[in-house]
Amino acid sequence: MISEEQVRHVANLARLGLTDDEVEKMGGQLDAILDSIERIRELDLTDVPPTANPLDLSNVLRPDGPRPELSQEEALFQAPERVDDLFGVPRID
Amino acid sequence: MAGSDSLLDLTAHALAEEIEAGEVSAREAAEVANTRIGEVEDEVNAFVTTTPGLALERAEAVDARNGDRDLWEGVPLVVKDVLSTRGVRTTCGSRILENFEPLYDASALRNFGDDLIVVGKANCDEFAMGSSTENSAYGPTRNPWDLGRVPGGSSGGSAAAVAAGEGWWALGTDTGGSVRQPAALCGIVGLKPTYGRVSRHGLIAFASSLDVVGPMTRDVRDGAFLLQAIAGHDPRDSTSANVEVPDYLANLEGGVEGLRIGVVPELMGEGIDQGVREVAERVARGLEDAGAELGEASLPHSGYGLPAYYIIAPAEVSSNLARFDGVRYGLRVSADGVHEMYRKTREEGFGAEAKRRIMLGAYALSSGYYDAYYAQAQKVRTRIIEDFRAAFARYDVLLSPTAPTVAFRIGEKVDDPLAMYANDICAVPANLAGIPAISVPGGLSEGLPVGVQLMSDHFTEPVLLRAARAAEQVADFRYQMKP
Repeated sequence: MISEEQVRHVANLARLGLTDDEVEKMGGQLDAILDSIERIRELDLTDVPPTANPLDLSNVLRPDGPRPELSQEEALFQAPERVDDLFGVPRID
Repeated sequence: MAGSDSLLDLTAHALAEEIEAGEVSAREAAEVANTRIGEVEDEVNAFVTTTPGLALERAEAVDARNGDRDLWEGVPLVVKDVLSTRGVRTTCGSRILENFEPLYDASALRNFGDDLIVVGKANCDEFAMGSSTENSAYGPTRNPWDLGRVPGGSSGGSAAAVAAGEGWWALGTDTGGSVRQPAALCGIVGLKPTYGRVSRHGLIAFASSLDVVGPMTRDVRDGAFLLQAIAGHDPRDSTSANVEVPDYLANLEGGVEGLRIGVVPELMGEGIDQGVREVAERVARGLEDAGAELGEASLPHSGYGLPAYYIIAPAEVSSNLARFDGVRYGLRVSADGVHEMYRKTREEGFGAEAKRRIMLGAYALSSGYYDAYYAQAQKVRTRIIEDFRAAFARYDVLLSPTAPTVAFRIGEKVDDPLAMYANDICAVPANLAGIPAISVPGGLSEGLPVGVQLMSDHFTEPVLLRAARAAEQVADFRYQMKP
């Protein structure tokens, strides 16, 4: 069982606000989902390597040189709050 | 010459050829699409945003480049609203991106050039998470075959638009069946290419190790044609494959004589509606009559696909959706401190399913649970890939239903995540393995379309499409515009 405290803890890790109603509903729904995925733990996969990418790619590199990308104006034009040429945010707490 | 009324009867490929031959202009085609959208959109709600003026303007530009353009450029396109479109708002079906305007087109669209004739941005489940298009902040899309039913999802708007003739073809995205399942439920063709075959650059990420952009079309030929337009390596997506793009139309009509086709027993039994199973069996027998060698291809771990998917995908979501924080773009809800601003913005900006997946993913990745869930799911993924490898040693193509049921009623499953997730049972193994898969309409059950899924090995789209073309020819179904 996932407790209300655990739901709030995980929501905080994800920086996700939840109403009290959502917290209550979320606990039950996560329980049901986790119950249904418990099945994968019955498999003994001790020596099986994990797959992160289905094509088995690793370390695809590109030349590390400067190239034109977004201009400062383009990067800032949809900022919810702009302070001079910077993204504005509330007090960092 | 085709009059504008009959343009709606053409496939995308036939329309492209008429435009190329000068029988009809791209502008006329765009006008026809705009008109049809105006007629049915109130009922269907396939789009978050329609762009009739832009479509006409760009169509004129395409017409002006007569002789200097690719064949596909004149055919107006429906684009799922998770794919970035320059200057056209891109919401991902989410409140949090209600006013987001991308600065560039997704790389998948680049072969349409700067004059991409987009008629609108198709509705979808929020950030492509869902199987019914009910998880959209912009209202549910309705299935053109029965307006009381869902079109499937997450690319439900794209599927409904093609089924309703609001465009000749569409792009969707497929992370766990999101192209194939809505295609099945709306009676059209949906192709999920090999992972990495199409660039993900400019596709707003859901689960990066699974996401792929795919064609949604009236028939298999159009699917091959649209894949030709979107496939290719892209240095801007480090997971895109540097593998040559073959001619997908060249051997399309080659038939299935001698092709080895394996029916997957694990995806034909429990949980699959009788009517759906019967359609899949009929198509399999039809392919056998057409010369294919039919057998049984077991995928022993496929039953673990769904649980593995519902760990891996949410885990990647919890990471990918962290970028929506109210700082650089999108919604911001004001608060005193920055942390409260993050929490409030995400509380108001995300819908119920997005929140559930973020929570599930964050939980599965959190301290103490990582090995039990995420690491174990990645190992299951290896087992599923091994299953496919064994199957493809004996068979060229595998066959199953696409979805376990026909289209269900709007509201029927929206508050029951497990029932909703079960829609993806036949689809997710192909995503976990990164192989190509296609849904072809196989016939009707309860008067509604049923999709048959074909799967093949990495980068073997030519054989997959050839088998799919044969399947649609033996199937008791032809595209018909609804409603």
